[in-house]
Parts: sequence; C-alpha cells; structure tokens
Amino acid sequence: MSQFARNLQDQVARAEKGGSIPTDTPRSIIQIQNVTRKFGDFVAVNDVSLTIYEGELFSLLGGSGCGKTTLLRMLAGFETPSSGRILIDGQDMTHIPPFERPVNMMFQSYALFPHMTVEQNVAFGLKQDGMPSAEVKKRVAEMLDIVELSALGKRKPHQLSGGQRQRVALVRALAKRPKVLLLDEPLGALDKKLRERTQLELVNIQESLGVTFVVVTHDQEEAMTMSCRVAIMNQGRILQVDTPHAMYEYPNTRFVAEFFGSVNMFEGILVEDEADHVVIDCPELSRPIYVSHGVSGREGGTAYAAIRPEKVALSKEEPADTSRNCSTGVVQDIVYLGGESTYLVKLDSGRVVRVSLQNAYRAAEPEITWDDRVWISWQPSNVVVVSS
Amino acid sequence: MSKRSPFLISCMAFGFAFLYVPLLLLMIYSFNDSKLVTVWGGFSTRWYGELFQDDQILGAARTSLVIAAMSATLSTILGTICGLVLARFGRFRGRTLFSGMITAPLVMPEVITGLSILLLFVALEQLIGWPEGRGMTTITIAHVTFTMAYVTIIIQSRLGQMDESIEEAAMDLGARPLKVFFLITLPIIAPALLSGWLLSFTLSLDDLVIASFTAGPSSTTLPMVVFSSVRLGVTPKINALATLLVSAAAFCIVIAAIIMRRAERERERAIAKAMAEQEQM
Repeated sequence: MSQFARNLQDQVARAEKGGSIPTDTPRSIIQIQNVTRKFGDFVAVNDVSLTIYEGELFSLLGGSGCGKTTLLRMLAGFETPSSGRILIDGQDMTHIPPFERPVNMMFQSYALFPHMTVEQNVAFGLKQDGMPSAEVKKRVAEMLDIVELSALGKRKPHQLSGGQRQRVALVRALAKRPKVLLLDEPLGALDKKLRERTQLELVNIQESLGVTFVVVTHDQEEAMTMSCRVAIMNQGRILQVDTPHAMYEYPNTRFVAEFFGSVNMFEGILVEDEADHVVIDCPELSRPIYVSHGVSGREGGTAYAAIRPEKVALSKEEPADTSRNCSTGVVQDIVYLGGESTYLVKLDSGRVVRVSLQNAYRAAEPEITWDDRVWISWQPSNVVVVSS
Repeated sequence: MSKRSPFLISCMAFGFAFLYVPLLLLMIYSFNDSKLVTVWGGFSTRWYGELFQDDQILGAARTSLVIAAMSATLSTILGTICGLVLARFGRFRGRTLFSGMITAPLVMPEVITGLSILLLFVALEQLIGWPEGRGMTTITIAHVTFTMAYVTIIIQSRLGQMDESIEEAAMDLGARPLKVFFLITLPIIAPALLSGWLLSFTLSLDDLVIASFTAGPSSTTLPMVVFSSVRLGVTPKINALATLLVSAAAFCIVIAAIIMRRAERERERAIAKAMAEQEQM
C-alpha cells in the first residue's frame, strides 16, 4: 500500500467517525441508501447502505451469489433497486439509465467490441459524447500509452492475448474520465502470475488518475492487496466495512473472521465478563481462554473466540503460565508453503488447530516434526471475540 | 492412415451416386443435339442458344429473381426483429406460444399455407380493394411468411451465443439503445443476417406450391414455367436451364466456402501471433 492510500484511509476513518477536520475531509462520491433488490422472492441485495469516498479503491468482497455483482450493476444502472436510493456525486441516480451516468464499468468478460480495433474500442465512449475527432485521437493515444499498448492500436480484440485484452477493457472504461470506475472481477480471467502483477498495475493507475474504483471480487487476497477499504457481503447484506487491516485483526462476526483469512474458531461459554477482560470456557480446550479486553456479551451466553494461525505459538516446552490460553496436542500434519509452514495440531479433545510458522532459516531439520507432543499458546490480546 | 474396407468404399460410392447421378445425367443431356431428351444425338450447345431466345423463360427467371430478392430482404428485416424479441426480451407471458407460432410455418404443409394466404388476399381485396388482383406483390408477401421463420431461428441462435455484456458495455459508454443496436449488435450478427438472406432467397427461388396459389396471370415464376413445360413434355431446353441453375448454385457455395476458409485461417494466424508475443514478454 502506498503512502497516498494510507493517508486516505486515515481521512476516511475520521470522516466515518464524524469528527473530521474540515481541510482534508474526503468527499463522498457514492451514497447507497437502504438499497434492496428483489428478483421474485429472492432478495439479492438486502437493505444495503454504504458510502464510498472520492479517490478510494473500494472492494466488494463475497462468495458467489452474495449480491456483490447485483450491487455493482445497480451502480452502473443495469439493475434498478426495488427500494432505496443511489446518489453519485450528490445527485440521485436511482432511475437514471446507464448511458447517462457519470460512471463506467469494466466487465468480467471484458466485453470488447469484436468488430472494432483497439483504438476504435477506446474511442467509442468519447465519440458518444461528441468529442471532436482530433481530441478523441489524442485521448486514445494517451490512454493506450498508460497501459503500453500504443503499438497494438490497429489490432482487433481476437488478435490480443488475455492480459492485453484486460488492459484494453480497462482504458476503454477509463477513457471518458468517469467519476467512478466499476470493475467486475477485473482479474478473474488471468492466470496467477499475471494476476499478481496486474494488481499492482491497477493500483498504480488508480492512484495516478485519481479515479474512484469500486471492485467486485471473490478473492480475499486480491481485496487485501489492492483496497483502501473492503466491504464483506453475505446473503445480500454487508457484514462489515473496514480497512483490510481492521477487517483481519478486528472482524465483527464469525463469517467475516472465517472469510477474510484463515482462523481457528472456538465456541465456548462466557463465564467471566468484566470491563477489562473476559474469560471463555471452551470444551475443546483443556484450559479457559482469557481475553484482555472487554466485549459486549452476556455472561453465561455462547461466545466465539477467533485466533489467527500466525498468532499461535508452538513449542515442545511448557509455557510459563499453564493456567490459561494454552493446550496440548500432537502434530498431525505439516503443510509446507515455502515462506511459511502450517502445522495442524490435533488437541487431546480431537479438535485440529492450525498454527503458522515462518520458515525464517534454511535449517536442515525443523525443530518440531510429525507426531511430536507440543504445547500451543497465545497472548490474551490476540484473541478476538466475535458474534455468530 | 488406416486401410479402408471395400465395403465402406462401395457404400460411399453408392451414396454419392444416388445423390449426384441424376444431376450429372441432366447436365450431360443438356448438351444433347437431339430433340428427344432420352436419345443421344451428339454434342451440341444449341439448347443453350435457344434458352436465351425464349422470352417466356427469361421473363420468368427475372420475375423469380426479383421476388426472391424482395422477399429475402423483407423476411430478413422482420425475422431479425422477431429473433431479437425472442433472444433479448427475457421471460414474458406467452413467450413459448409466441416462439411456437413464429416457427410453425416451418412444419406447416405448403398447400395449406398457400391456400390460406390466397383466401386472405381474396378477402382483403373484397374488403379494402388491396391487393388488386394477384401478382409479384402477393407472391412476395406469401414467401415472406414462411422464409421469415428461418431467419428468426438463425438470428435468435446467433444472439443467444453473443455475450450480452458487449451491448451493456456500449450502453455504459454512453450509447442509447437504438445506437447500440446499429453500431454494435447489427455488425456482430451481420454474418447471420447474410446467411438468413441467402437462405430466404433460395427458398423463395425454389418455391412452386405457394407461388402457384398466389400468382396472377402476369407473374409466372421460373419453377412454375419449368413445371408446366415438363407436363407438356420435357425439352432439352429445360435441361440447359437446370444445368445453369445448378452451376450457379455450386459456384456461389464454393466462393462462400473459400472466403470463409480464408477468414478463418487469417484469424488463427493472428491468434498464434498474439500468443507468441505474449510469451516473449
């Protein structure tokens, strides 16, 4: 993430809290107000409210059928909300057709016009606006230059590789300098290596042009790498809107914790509920979980404690304090991932816990290996208590 | 390559013979000098000469071509509209009925189609005075009613294969729906339009039954002339005419195939080139 994006994140965070300093307040560019979209009995988007700020790279993340694409298509104007309002740059766009909206969209299939050359594709939107042809020519050259495709301007789409088509689709949508660019799975059709490179390219272009991007993706890693903020959707609702960092470290629900990165989730009973700490008794662990911050739960009620695999320590020796936040088990499996390894530790209760360790040294033999009896432990501050 | 069995070879020979020997005989006998169709009297091209002297046949050929061109054009326009509705209108009440009714003329016996259209024309003439008598106009309209069904099916299936987001992209970039249709949809489905037009053209050129019902005294089509002259006895002139028609059709098919092959090869080469460049990057 660049410094620019980091500053914007801070500003957005302040604006969302309401206590902003007037000089660097980010301007809201899209306001979605209580939008619902029904298809017959099926509710694709359920009472969604969301504000997206100017210059952000905002991601809508969720599994298939969660309503993220429907929400994006409502922003573009291809779907009309059953109820609610959509404001773009302060103007009500709820019932404005797509060809009159100040936003453009990059389609998952790229949707390049097969009978036109690359240049004609990029020029199409500009011509619809009645731009003089000399200016169109200049803008097209400028846009193709951004993605280094100037040499291929006379080619037809079928004469391009997948990565080249993706870039043509991107600049075609950007050519009209829209206030917001909507991207539907922009990297979905590329192979892994090309995808990683293109992620960074996309962010660079977004920042240099200063256009707000709204990206729909199902790939949590992609959302994490590129976004200023992420909204996680499930069954038509937005569960959480946050920066990738906050989403990962402070998920508000069990679904978010499990969807955004991998996690060890423990179900237990809240036995002690104080302002500065709580204790959760989990039958799968031999000792209680002590959390060093207060949560909004009910004593005696069910609570979910989430612990990320990399925040669990693994050791053959007994930890200093064995009264809480630890358990014993046997290494069942080791998944080698290059930079790190994931240890699957089977606890005495039969529960399997994932522990990630950095492979920081090229040691010949790892210290801990299969069938070793080990202790797992974690810091009280590294546990997140989430609602179901 | 594996050895083919004599059985397969003779099957193939028999199949092709079944299809093409009659045509071949007809072509050979068109160069027959004798007045009798079945007796070989030496090689000659005199019947071709006489064919081009025959005003009745030439006039009928002209009538047929004009009717075929007009009805093909009309049915391409109407068929495209129907195909568009079926492919793009989504689900609506009575959609199945609508599509069934459009394709019904494909399986309707021609005699019934011809008769019903004739009755309609007669009734219309009595009611509003149009069409005045029967002639090229009535034949053209009658041909449109059944060739349109073919065009509809071709266009509908082509639109079904087309990525709808291409049209959405054009709209997203600021084109109104009508402009999207003319700038994006129409050029993309142009090959389907062309094949629909050609199919309608040949169907209309071929048709004898419906034309017989709807023709007037001044509008005899080529199939009608051929049919009636054969009833009076076959002349080698008809053989000559048939040979010309078959040759023209074969010529068109070969040219179309060559053009399509060339375009396909060009496309493959371009794709291969793009892939090679991608790998160098």
